[in-house]
Amino acid sequence: MNEWIQAIFNVFTNPTFYKSTLTQSTPLILAALGGVFSETTGVTNIALEGIMLMGAFGGVMGSYFTGNPWYGLVLGTFFGVAMAALHAWASIKYGADQIISGTALILLAQGITGFALVELFGQPGSTDLVRSIPLVDLGAFKQIPFVGDIFGNLSPFVYIAFASVAFGWILIYKTKLGLRMRSVGNNPEAADTLGVNVYNVRYFGVIMSGFFAALGGAYLSIGELGQFTTNMTNGRGFIALAAMIIGNWNPVGAMSASLLFGSATAFNNQLQSQSVLNLSTNTQYIFGMIPYIITLIVVGGLIGKSRSPSADGVPYIKE
Amino acid sequence: MGNWKKYILNEKIIISLLSILISLLVAAIVMLMIGKNPLVAYAALFYGAFGTKEAIIDNLMKTSPLILTGLAVGFGFRAGLFNIGANGQVIIGALLAAYVGTMVASYPFYLSIPLVMVAGMVGGALWAAIAGWLKAYRGAHEVITTIMLNYVAIFIANYVVNGPFQAPGGVPKSPAIAYSAQFPNIMSIGATSLSTIIFVSLAAIVVVYGIIQKTTIGYEVKAVGFNPYAAEYGGISIGKNVMLAMAISGALAGLAGTTQVVGVYGRYFGALGGTMGFDGITIALIGQNDPIGIGLAAFLISSIRTGSNQMQIAGVPKDMVTIIQGIIIFLVATNRIIKTLKLRKRKEAVEL
Repeated sequence: MNEWIQAIFNVFTNPTFYKSTLTQSTPLILAALGGVFSETTGVTNIALEGIMLMGAFGGVMGSYFTGNPWYGLVLGTFFGVAMAALHAWASIKYGADQIISGTALILLAQGITGFALVELFGQPGSTDLVRSIPLVDLGAFKQIPFVGDIFGNLSPFVYIAFASVAFGWILIYKTKLGLRMRSVGNNPEAADTLGVNVYNVRYFGVIMSGFFAALGGAYLSIGELGQFTTNMTNGRGFIALAAMIIGNWNPVGAMSASLLFGSATAFNNQLQSQSVLNLSTNTQYIFGMIPYIITLIVVGGLIGKSRSPSADGVPYIKE
Repeated sequence: MGNWKKYILNEKIIISLLSILISLLVAAIVMLMIGKNPLVAYAALFYGAFGTKEAIIDNLMKTSPLILTGLAVGFGFRAGLFNIGANGQVIIGALLAAYVGTMVASYPFYLSIPLVMVAGMVGGALWAAIAGWLKAYRGAHEVITTIMLNYVAIFIANYVVNGPFQAPGGVPKSPAIAYSAQFPNIMSIGATSLSTIIFVSLAAIVVVYGIIQKTTIGYEVKAVGFNPYAAEYGGISIGKNVMLAMAISGALAGLAGTTQVVGVYGRYFGALGGTMGFDGITIALIGQNDPIGIGLAAFLISSIRTGSNQMQIAGVPKDMVTIIQGIIIFLVATNRIIKTLKLRKRKEAVEL
């Protein structure tokens, strides 16, 4: 028991844990925000996982061909937006079952990235190393103990993620467009009667979700690593989906839930390296399932209650 | 004769066939773009799936669990439930089957085989019933809960086969199950064996067809799927049937996992679930939730997957198969695209 207290104390007093929480949460925050944009307008998007994967691959591809990781970011987000547009087109114009369309996109993304990986780099598994987006070096600030260790050398993606949440919250709750998005997601018939173009607002929401989820995916590949590996999102799109639900379809809520999940992962990683505990490696799996179990408890309404937009997932067919 | 024609020209079947055809065409265009001859690639794919006895056996052995996950997802669809969690149910079913399988060494086969099969089905059923309960009584959407349960199952499997239920050496795996619990092989060519588990899958098609068409359970589940409010007004309990449908769906997925334990690996082995869950979704959609259609669709998907290695040797990365699957699902989801195409043709015909 004492070793556990010692180990947990060690984790929480080590700045690495806090920095790792931020970096683990960043892709989740961006993708979950994407989910909020789509579902606020009433279109379910379980394809976040696939969109992230395309964003990650596009990032590396752009950086590989131009040598400039920022162009990679542009290409990655373009891929994500294209995927989302496909989902939007199917669900809005053709009233497709949004879960099925999302499933199709996840498979398409896995297939396309795996295929292009072999075609462009000649082997399955992983791409060549490419230039990644440089970290933000805060100079003298790094010297401050603890705080400097956490914030001194972060990826710009971390700042972009938090800025995006602020942007998303203001847009959805403080602007006319946001009001339209919410009305279209809750009562499309009424919105239509009032002259809101339901289809256009939904296209906007879904395409924005592609943009943000792809940003989150690009962080995984060109944020720090500078490489794409097969299926590298590894379920993060689904965790982001869970964060969106636990965060009650609100940008700030989704961010908080993402931080919670990110800290769980960071805690797990740090705990494994505590020599006082001498944990066997398979304990990581016990800790690994925590975010998923939390989600099950929350969606089951056993703690708190989350409520989706009323028309979420329901196609709107104009009479 | 008239009935037969009606069955073949059924709109649903046309949508499935057109979706497959269009996806193969799109894939062919992609192959042309990377400078490969699609005819050569498809010939290689066909040879890889049917060209040799080994290929045919391999193909049938891949078809077998896919029939079961396809039936699992399809049964869920009949009840209006999207069971995206067949993967997790396969894993939990296989784990429980393997666990029981290691304990029945002293029993004769006619006891140990049923025990192991029941264990696997109960494992899958209980795992799915969690999602069923959360849906029926707590209002949680089954898509979200089954996705989460998939990951929990993967972590549980990783934990036990790397710890308490581990066999030493190499790939993470469980100890071998008792000989008396293993299904016999019909024939073996080299390292490839055709196991009798294929009959389990074929029997499942018949049983599921029977449940859907001939039993009260099937009737009530379909009624809830078709119109829950009308069903409830007619005295059918939504909650009970949602849980029951999830449990049956999960039992079928659990059985898929069990067949891998008793007929292929003889133990829980590595990442046994693989892509069976997602494949099950593709198969149920192509098969239009009809047990016989699902059987055929499982054979189709298995053939494409089995042949893809040969296609890769011919220079087309095997991930092309996943792309094809994605396109098929996308087209089935947007079946109104195909219907619109047909409508346009009809209009043109009228104008002409």
